[in-house]
Order: sequence, then C-alpha cells, then structure tokens
Amino acid sequence: MYTGLTIDPNAQRHLFALEGDGPLALAEQVKAAGNAFLAKADILYVAASAKSREAELAALNPDVLWVAPSIPVLLNRLRQNLLNAGMGTRIYVSGTEGFIGQAMKVALDLGIDFGSIRTEHQGSMARRVQCVHCKGITDDVKTSPFSCSHCGLNLLVRDHYSRRLAAFQGVCIDAEEPGTAPPPEELFP
Amino acid sequence: MTINTDMPVKVVEITRVADSVKRFRLQRIDRQPMPAFSGGAHVVVAMQDGGLLRRNPYSLMSSPSDRSAYEISVLRVESSRGGSHFMHDHVKEGSTLTVTQPLNLFPFDHRGKKHILFAGGIGITPFIAMMDQMAREDRSFELHYAVRTRSHGAYWQELAQRYGDHRIRIYCDAEKLFIPTKSILAKQALGTHVYVCGPAGMIDGVLELAKSLGWPKQNLHSERFLAPPTGKPFTATLARSQKTITVGEHQSILEAVEAAGVDAPYMCRGGACGQCETVVISCSGEILHNDIYLEPDDKRSGKKIMICISRIKGDAVTLDL
Repeated sequence: MYTGLTIDPNAQRHLFALEGDGPLALAEQVKAAGNAFLAKADILYVAASAKSREAELAALNPDVLWVAPSIPVLLNRLRQNLLNAGMGTRIYVSGTEGFIGQAMKVALDLGIDFGSIRTEHQGSMARRVQCVHCKGITDDVKTSPFSCSHCGLNLLVRDHYSRRLAAFQGVCIDAEEPGTAPPPEELFP
Repeated sequence: MTINTDMPVKVVEITRVADSVKRFRLQRIDRQPMPAFSGGAHVVVAMQDGGLLRRNPYSLMSSPSDRSAYEISVLRVESSRGGSHFMHDHVKEGSTLTVTQPLNLFPFDHRGKKHILFAGGIGITPFIAMMDQMAREDRSFELHYAVRTRSHGAYWQELAQRYGDHRIRIYCDAEKLFIPTKSILAKQALGTHVYVCGPAGMIDGVLELAKSLGWPKQNLHSERFLAPPTGKPFTATLARSQKTITVGEHQSILEAVEAAGVDAPYMCRGGACGQCETVVISCSGEILHNDIYLEPDDKRSGKKIMICISRIKGDAVTLDL
C-alpha cells in the first residue's frame, strides 16, 4: 500500500510532510541516497502524539525545516506550499496512517495524482474512521468495534478506505439488536 | 472475440486543408446520430481496396458535441503501406467506408489544473477535438504546434483565430522556430499535465525532458500511431484455428489473420492499447517488437507478441490463435 520514500533524483524540489516517527523514513533515505537532496528539501514536521524528533531533523540541515504545533496547522501549510510549487516538486509523506491519508487528501484536492506521491508508514497502525451513520470522523482508532466519538454507535472498522475522505469506513455492528456488540479487539496497534 | 459494432458510413464532404492533408466528413448511412466520444478518441476506418481490406486508425477531430458526423484528417504519407494513398486517391464524396466505435486511449486528465499540448504535424488532430471540449468545459490549456512549413501545417490559422495567441503558439521549422520545450516545462505549477502527439522523436524528446525536470509520469501523456513496419514474408501457424498463413511484406500479422477469416481481438491497431496481445507458442526466428505496450521483460521473454504491429525476422511462428 505504501511505496516507500525513495528519492527521485530528477526532482527540482523535495517536499516532505512528516509526522511522529516519519523522520525515521527520511533518515533511511539519507543513508541510501546521500544528503545532497536536502539542499533542495522543504520539511514540514509535526510530532503529534509521538516524541519530538525536531533535533534529528535540524541536524540534517535541510534547506527549510518548519515545525507545526498540530496536524491541522501542518496540513494548512502543506496546502500553501503546494499552491506555490512547480511541476518537478516531488511530495513525500511519512507518519501514521491517518496523517498520510490527510496529507494525501490535501494533494489530491489540488489535482495531484496519488501515484506520484511517495509514502511510507511509520509509527502506530491506528486508523482514521468515518462513521457511515453520523459522518463524524474519529482519529486514532485502535480497536474494532469501537464507539463512535460523535454519535456513540458501536462501529465495526471495515478495510474499506476512502482517499477522498482520508478515512476508513465504520459501520454499526449491532444495529438489529443494540447492546449485542462483541468486545473490542485491538487490531490496529 | 471482438464484438462487431462497426458502422457503415458515407463520405459526405472532402476538404483539402493543407499540402497532403485532406479532411473527410463521415455520416452514418442509417442516419442515426454518431456515438458520443471524448477529445482524444480515434476510430479505425476499414477500406475495401480492391481485394484488400485495409484498416487504419484515425483521431476524431470534429467537435465532441457534434453528433451528426465524424471528421478525420488524413496525411498522405509517401512511404506508407497504402491506406493514406487510398483515402486520398480513391475515396470520393459519396464513397462508403466502415468505422469502428470510437475509443479513447488519449483522454485528458480531468483533475488537471492546466493542460499543455504539444503537437507535431498531423499529430494536431486529437488535440482539435480535445481543445473543443476543454474550451467548452472552461479548462485552462495551451497548444504548442510545430509545423514544417506554413503550407504543410493544417488548421493552425483557424486554431489561432478561435483560441487566441495566448493559447495557440505556432512554430515553423522552415522559419527556424522551434518549441522552447525546456523553458515551457520548467515553469509550470503543480497539477499541470502534458500531452504530446507527433513524430516519435518529438514524443520521446518531450517525455525525456519532462522526466529530467522531475515531472512524474502520471502527468505525462502521449499518443503515437505507429504503422506496421514492412519486412520479409513469413509463415504463421494459428494453433487453435489450425490454419497456416503467409504474412506478406506489407501486411501485419493481424491483417493476414483477418484475411484468413480468423477473428482476432484488436482495438487501436497501433501497438498501444494491448488488446491484440497474443501468446507465441514457438518462433523459428526473432520477434521484432514494434509496440509500446509490452513491458521490456515480456519482450525479452519471446512468449508474447502484439500482432497488429510486430512481426518476426525468420521463417515461421506459431501463435495461440
């Protein structure tokens, strides 16, 4: 599902959107491809719920390092960067599933093909899930079923993913006999 | 199996549009509206040239919103196998031809924020329909069109008049004007798509340059119609049909197969779509792969061939047909 962050040697600019342990994926690339590309790199980083790796990124000495206080702030900055970017800019995204999906969505909404975005998963497997009933989105879902953070229904997390919503689908598991939901199982650690 | 949905059409108008280029307007004989198509689509035109059945693909260049007829433009190719000569010399107003359903292997990407079209010579035809659709849908586009001489170039005046100099740029070889591909590609905003149709060298040049400037392949689109190259005749054994046929010097395997009454699948007849991929059971010589569809590994394996465009160098081939 994720292609890996392999550096495109032809890219004129390298734009990284990294969250949590995402910098680990970038460090791998520096090992594999050398650090020359960092002179043409913009790195947008948010630690989110993981321990901050800002110092590690700063040590790489990229052209631009910008640290966001939260994911929504980073996504907003990503959007601004993309609006001003030229063809020849390659986009790399790494972090948790929910973050990768949301960063991809920003790019897709600007007409960028998902196949041209390089992604690598790092950190928790927790999912971003949309409740099909109330349409509310719950982040960091680790179990199935789980209780919708908006309407409270017991939702089964399906493997059905929407790029447009950047979320998996959650469907009520005990609609016919409320209260008969099986106990939550930790499926996405 | 190919579902036969071919349409008999009458040539209702022939217009000479430039040196060696004629436009043909085709109307269905049953007077039904033509099937809808999108900009970039082509049809395969079947011509009965004496005892020989010729089938050539041509891009549709009329407006996709005009369902009353299709228009194609045909360049008379001097070294061709005969299809373009037949269209130019034997097809008259009132003649009948057969066309397939339209098929689009060169659509534009609707998600694109801007579309840059590069045309060389007769490669302009798919873009004429494409620009008509883009203009109607209010999409941002620009055309860079290279012609040999002003009198060889088809439609450049009409296009410049219709869409304006800011969207239509003409470059004439004879005037030493060439498309500044590099400076065009170097300064485009993210979300831009490139389309190129013209001679092979031009297509390869634009695609290579774009790649070297960091354009992802998802934003690069091209269409090349290749005519099947000629070569020494050879024998083809069709294992399933239990027939042995001779593929002539100017014939493709597909044409020889059809002449023998065997129905083989095909769509583009130009080595691009992949429909006619055929398993090679054995081959006494070397397969000359002329298509742009098979992956390099498949070509090296010697087990697959695109029969619309590729042939063999040798005596005999056995195909799973």
